[in-house]
Amino acid sequence: MTTNNIAIQAVELTKRFGDFTAVDAISFEVKKGEIFGFLGANGAGKTTAMRMLCGLSIPSSGKAAVAGFDVYKQTEQIKRSIGYMSQKFSLYEDLTVKENIRFYAGIYGKSDAFIKEKTAFLLKELRLEAEASKLVRSLPLGWKQKLAFSVAIFHEPEIVFLDEPTGGVDPVTRREFWNMIYQAAESGITIFVTTHYMDEAEYCNRVSIMVDGRIDALDTPAALKRKFEARSMDEVFLKLARKAKRSGD
Amino acid sequence: MRTLRFLLQKEFRQIFRDPSIIRIIFMMPSIQLLILPWAADYEVKNIQLSVVDHDHSQYSRQLVNKVTSSGYFQLQDYSGSYSNALQQVEHDKADLVLEIPADFEKNLIRDNESTLFMAINAINGVKANLGGAYLRSIVQDYNREVRAKWVQLPRFSPEVQLEVTSSNWFNAAMNYKLFMVPGILVVLVTMVGSFLASLNIVREKEIGTIEQINVTPVKKYHFILGKLIPFWILGLLILSIGLTIAWLAYGIIPVGSLLVIYTFAAVYLLAVLGLGLLLSTYTSNQQQAMLLSFFLMMVFILLSGLYTSIDSMPVWARAITKVNPVTYFIDVMRMVVLKGSGLKDIGPHLLTMLGFALVLNSWAVLHYKKRS
Repeated sequence: MTTNNIAIQAVELTKRFGDFTAVDAISFEVKKGEIFGFLGANGAGKTTAMRMLCGLSIPSSGKAAVAGFDVYKQTEQIKRSIGYMSQKFSLYEDLTVKENIRFYAGIYGKSDAFIKEKTAFLLKELRLEAEASKLVRSLPLGWKQKLAFSVAIFHEPEIVFLDEPTGGVDPVTRREFWNMIYQAAESGITIFVTTHYMDEAEYCNRVSIMVDGRIDALDTPAALKRKFEARSMDEVFLKLARKAKRSGD
Repeated sequence: MRTLRFLLQKEFRQIFRDPSIIRIIFMMPSIQLLILPWAADYEVKNIQLSVVDHDHSQYSRQLVNKVTSSGYFQLQDYSGSYSNALQQVEHDKADLVLEIPADFEKNLIRDNESTLFMAINAINGVKANLGGAYLRSIVQDYNREVRAKWVQLPRFSPEVQLEVTSSNWFNAAMNYKLFMVPGILVVLVTMVGSFLASLNIVREKEIGTIEQINVTPVKKYHFILGKLIPFWILGLLILSIGLTIAWLAYGIIPVGSLLVIYTFAAVYLLAVLGLGLLLSTYTSNQQQAMLLSFFLMMVFILLSGLYTSIDSMPVWARAITKVNPVTYFIDVMRMVVLKGSGLKDIGPHLLTMLGFALVLNSWAVLHYKKRS
């Protein structure tokens, strides 16, 4: 556990692939229990930055601590303290809902009693009781995404990283998904989320916008709108993203 | 260990839920073992023979009768002109032409000597070689018969003749199935061990679940063991099914002990699983893994001594067979199944295989990255 109230801290964090600097000396702090929006156009370097924080990618230079653990040396401790939901759907489609939950909870070292009790609770919450023994493959996308999020926070991590969690999901489900995010934040989990939907950016406590590997703006949505004299986050984003030299992927 | 339990549980669920894997486990050994040994037979039969008989005598007909009743030849054409027979060869209808000259019988009786001419279609080298040899030995046989008939009392043969008699050890009837079945079994185990395993791991890469596993506290060795153990068991299962089929369909019961076979197979599977793991670290999708597997399997089979004798390969090819794990298992299988070799006899092979397992697995583990 961290002693102060900082969940994630990055100082001049950089990732280079050969000549290409994907993430260019970004610095920021995320407070505990905060919903932190990590915005940027395609190819701006969001996913790379997130992968470094999750211990999937070794930074080229700079410092970062996640849940108080160093991203260079303490990746195993970091992995114990975080949840992660990637862009790609990553539950096993050929396992049932229940088996997926059991598997992911199990590899985080949770006890059988804990898994059993919490699974029952979760299935009820998600109204998936009838589908518990169905293969995940057969669920609609929106349900899959909600299930994936629930699995990512099942082991009660300190921080959860969400990489475009609502891509391709309908507006109603998106709304429900954000309700789940709020609930998780209320229970004390820090949320680090990337998104392309600017209405979702408005839901975040604070938002950073990446352009060409750098963080060009970081503040509350209200303050950003004031600063860029914009009516919506959409406008803020367009004003910043237009400066980008890199083309999206 | 708890983590490993969860990984294994998940792996077995997925394997036995996948209908294509079930099919592979049961259909592949059945089909390969029931069909291939009949086709993979070196004996040359059904050689198409075209006879050009200029003589039309009793002796020439006797000779043709003898040739066609040997079981190896089929009389494709019986004509009176060589050019006609050659045409049959050109149209790929005949493999061999036997020309019996005019006055064959007359010369034989008058001069005690006569000549025959044989033309061989050498497009298929094996067929040509063996066909020619068969025909030659039949003619010799015929020669002896004729002589026996003329020398009425077989007292002392006026000519000294050396004859070689042979006895075939370990496979008395020269049954090719006895030779092929153990080899085909090895190929089966290899395919399951290395290629099924590598496809499985690459599939996780492709759908992105491996990334999800990588952000969990699951250790590298947990993940790898979680993949190796199920396929190790699957490999031994296939071997058992294969041995059962060999027994039921061909009556092949290993002369040596099953324990020796399983001991070697256990180590062998470790080696090929290491190879599968290695393949998966060098490929990023199932197509790549599949193509690479096809290529390797081809090399493995042709350079393993399964179909062709290693001793007749050029030196450099023989060197390749030495680094081919399949070679060793085929050798061991044949030693144990046909000759009844024991653990002591296969000891050097077992040690080599341990070396393979060690090298391939360490290489794969070193190359498998949780971080980039």
